[in-house]
Order: sequence, then structure tokens, then C-alpha cells
Amino acid sequence: MSNKLTCSLCNQHATVHLTQIINNKIQKIDLCESCAQKKGVTDPEGFSLAEMLSNSDFLGAEDSQACNVCGQSISDFRKSGRFGCSDCYVSLGNQLKPILEEMHVGFKHTGKKPEKSFQQISLSETIELLRMKLQKAIAMEAYEDAAHYRDELEIMKNELSKAKINCSND
Amino acid sequence: MIENLISKSNAQLTKGFLKSSPVVLSSRLRLARNLNGFVFPSKASSADKSEILNKVEKSLSDKPNFKKGFFYKINTLSDLEKRLLVERHLISRELCEMNEGSGVFISSNQDFSVMINEEDHIRLQCIKNGFNLNALWKTVNRFDDLMEASLPYSFSKELGYLTACPTNLGTGLRASVMMHLPGLFISENIDKVIRASNQLGLAVRGLFGEGSEASGHIYQISNQQTLGETEGEILSRLGGVLKNIIEHELNARQNYFADKKVVLLDKISRALGILRNAHVMSSEEAMDHLSYMRLAVDLGFLADEYRALVDYLFIQTQPGHIQFPEGSISVELRDEKRAQKLRENFRKIPPLNFDN
Repeated sequence: MSNKLTCSLCNQHATVHLTQIINNKIQKIDLCESCAQKKGVTDPEGFSLAEMLSNSDFLGAEDSQACNVCGQSISDFRKSGRFGCSDCYVSLGNQLKPILEEMHVGFKHTGKKPEKSFQQISLSETIELLRMKLQKAIAMEAYEDAAHYRDELEIMKNELSKAKINCSND
Repeated sequence: MIENLISKSNAQLTKGFLKSSPVVLSSRLRLARNLNGFVFPSKASSADKSEILNKVEKSLSDKPNFKKGFFYKINTLSDLEKRLLVERHLISRELCEMNEGSGVFISSNQDFSVMINEEDHIRLQCIKNGFNLNALWKTVNRFDDLMEASLPYSFSKELGYLTACPTNLGTGLRASVMMHLPGLFISENIDKVIRASNQLGLAVRGLFGEGSEASGHIYQISNQQTLGETEGEILSRLGGVLKNIIEHELNARQNYFADKKVVLLDKISRALGILRNAHVMSSEEAMDHLSYMRLAVDLGFLADEYRALVDYLFIQTQPGHIQFPEGSISVELRDEKRAQKLRENFRKIPPLNFDN
């Protein structure tokens, strides 16, 4: 079983193996002879892996991904350490787990919930669920059920718009 | 612009008559919140930022803590005014760098402040003297509920309150306690405590937060993790560690006093001598001598009431505070004015009582 390491840049056989501690975490990188030369990895003392890791050369295809609301990309995030909007957490969410794992005690929020925003989120989720049920019922020609879901959907939509108006009027 | 705030006599941290306690100077809780439907400040247009500023201003102006408080747009403040607010821990250095569309609300007794369009749309904080995280959380939580009633927050069921930096995600809660640790410092145990705190997921910083020096033997200790635990769990974990640190600090003082009594009495007496007589003093030097005066109170060499005086002077001798009434003065003149202020305050102090 060959366990050869390949260069993180060009997939050639890697002969230079660099380990540094960045933010209390061990970071390792493997390079082939010529990429190591090109990147100037000749003096391990003076070489900053952190700088190299934040360099876009090292970002794979998934790293060019960007948030569809604010345009923030994962490489922007790596440079600034910040997201551009709340949708980044959804758009770039698949990159998030390892980051959160390092930072926090867990992945799931167990603390306080904002009453109004939480109510709106719950209503939106219920509406989405009812929409799906309605479509299914129509597809199955279960019109009695469909009528029931449609009425319920209307009620929930009203609730949601009431909740939103309450918020903006205060 | 901020003269009214400076002349207010009931400010929590800057007036000498309030109660103070050994080891812990003050506790602070901060919540990071963002408004639903707006991108975070770093990506927001100036029109968006103005709209957010107006919304938050409107929501806060009738709240009990802020009715008689202060509101400043950051671009209307001078550098000196901003510096002074930073020295009082009412705004962050990051907010100072912001331009149009950012601002701060400060309650009349200066224990509450709300920064608008800093890293997040809203940064709510409350500072109180002493060490009581649970009471502080009740106050902050109640105020957060009031704000939420008129400002729809950005929130996810999974990830909690959504923040610009994922280090604040979840509860958005940062609790930090300002601790005076001269015992651990002079007994050379402070590095061990800092390392242990880091291993327990706590950050240890100097007086003015990130990147600042621990002058006056003052350290700010805070939680780093905000997701995966409830607010109560975060506070009780931090509180537990801090209680241990307090115990270590008190032990270190006692041991040092037992082993090197004369050295300690000498350090304290010299500090008082300098505070009483010096004519030129940098803020760094002032902080160190003041630290020994706080220790003198804790050890019973000075009456309890002088601890609050020391805490008052910790802030009042910062560069911005010395400079503010003088206008534009040189660093040399500032050091003279500082020494003068300290002489005036310490002249009144009775001789140290070493008999207890």
C-alpha cells in the first residue's frame, strides 16, 4: 500500500512537508520540490504557513463558492474571518462545520431564543410544510385534504404577516 | 459634544463613592445582535447603515435606561472624545474606525451602552462594579427582550443569533471580568494562570482588550465560546474559573506577605510616596503605583473607602481623561497634569496602617 503524499498545489509526489502551529492548531502542508521552490519554502523559520493557506492558490473548487446575497466568498471569509450577511451561514454552510468545531463547545444553539423572530421562523416552517402537503394532496387528487391544507395555509400566512407588521410597527 | 456625559456625577465606573470589591474591579456582559433583512455592516451600503441606525435609535430612545441618556453619531465625535469613551469602556476601538452610519447610545449612568453598526448591527453591553454575572445577565436579558420587541433579529434555530464573526455565533454573549491580580504577578504565577485559562477556553487580555498591555496588574478574562452552551452554562463555567483565580490570587498575596513582608511593605510605601510627591508621571507608571494602593486597601493598610478612589483614578488618569479638560497639550504637560492630579488625591490619604 503506497502512502505517498501528493503536493497540495500540483498533485506531484510531495517531498517537502511543513508543519506549523497557527492559532494553537497544527497545520500541515505537503509540497513537491518545484512548488516548494516557487513558493519560497526554503527557510522554514521565516516562512508563514498562515499566509500561504490564506492565499487563493490553495483554495479548491469549493472555495470559489460565494454567498448569493452579499457576494462574500469563502476565501474572503478566510482573509477577514467574518461573514457578510446572515445568508452566508446558509450559502457557505458546508464549509462551516470544521470552523465551528474548532471555535465552540457544540454545533447547535441551546441558549436564548428571540420570541418574535422565533415565532416568525416557526410560522415560515409550518407554511413550507403545508405547501408541500398541499402539492402532494393535489398530485394524489385528494381534493378534500387539499382544501383543508389550503385553508390552513391561508391562516398561517395571515399569522405571519401579522407577526411581521407587529414587528415593524413597534 | 460629550461634556454632559463627562460631567455626569453618577457614572458607574468613574465615581469614587460606589461600592468596590477586592480582586474584581468590574464585570461586563456583551450581546451581539443583527437585524433581519440587512447585510452585516462590513457589506452594508451607507443608506442601509443609516436606516439601521435610525431604526435602533428610534427603538432605544424611549427605553427606560436611555431616555435621559446620550446618543452620538461616531462621525460627529473628535478623536479625543472617542478616546475618552474608549477609556471608559463605553465604545470599542473598532467603532472609532467607523464613519457615517455608526453610533452609540449610552445610558445616563453609563452602565449600559449600545454600539450600532460596529462589527455587528447591534452590540449591547452592560458594565457593573464587582463580580455578579448572574444579576448582570438578568438585566441584559431583560433589555434584550425589550429591544427584540421592536427590532426583528437575525436568528437561526440551529445556529442561534447570527453574527458577522462566527466566534460570536449562537448566544452572541461575551462575558468579561476585569481582575486585579498583583499577587499572581509578583509571585510570578500569572503566566500559569493565563495558560490554564486559555486551555479552558477563556481569553486573558489587558485592560483595554485585544492586544493591550496588562498595566496596573489588571487583566480582562472572558469566555471565547458562544455556541453549544446556554447563557447560564457559559456564565457558570466562567464564574467557576474566576472564583478559582480569585482564590489563587488571595493565596498568592498571603504567601508573598508571609515570605517577603518587608519587600511588600516597601513596594507599597514607595508607591504611595511617589503618588504623593512626583511631578511628572506617565500613565503606565501611574497604573503600577495605583495597583499597589488597591492592594494596600485589600490588605487592610488603608480604609476600604479608598479602593473606590483608586478605581476612579485608574480611569481618570488615562491620557484622554487628563487631556480632555486641557484641550490640546503635549505629552510632557499631560504627564505633569497627571502627577498633579495624583498628588492632590493622595495628599489627603492617612498614613498606611501596618498594625492590622
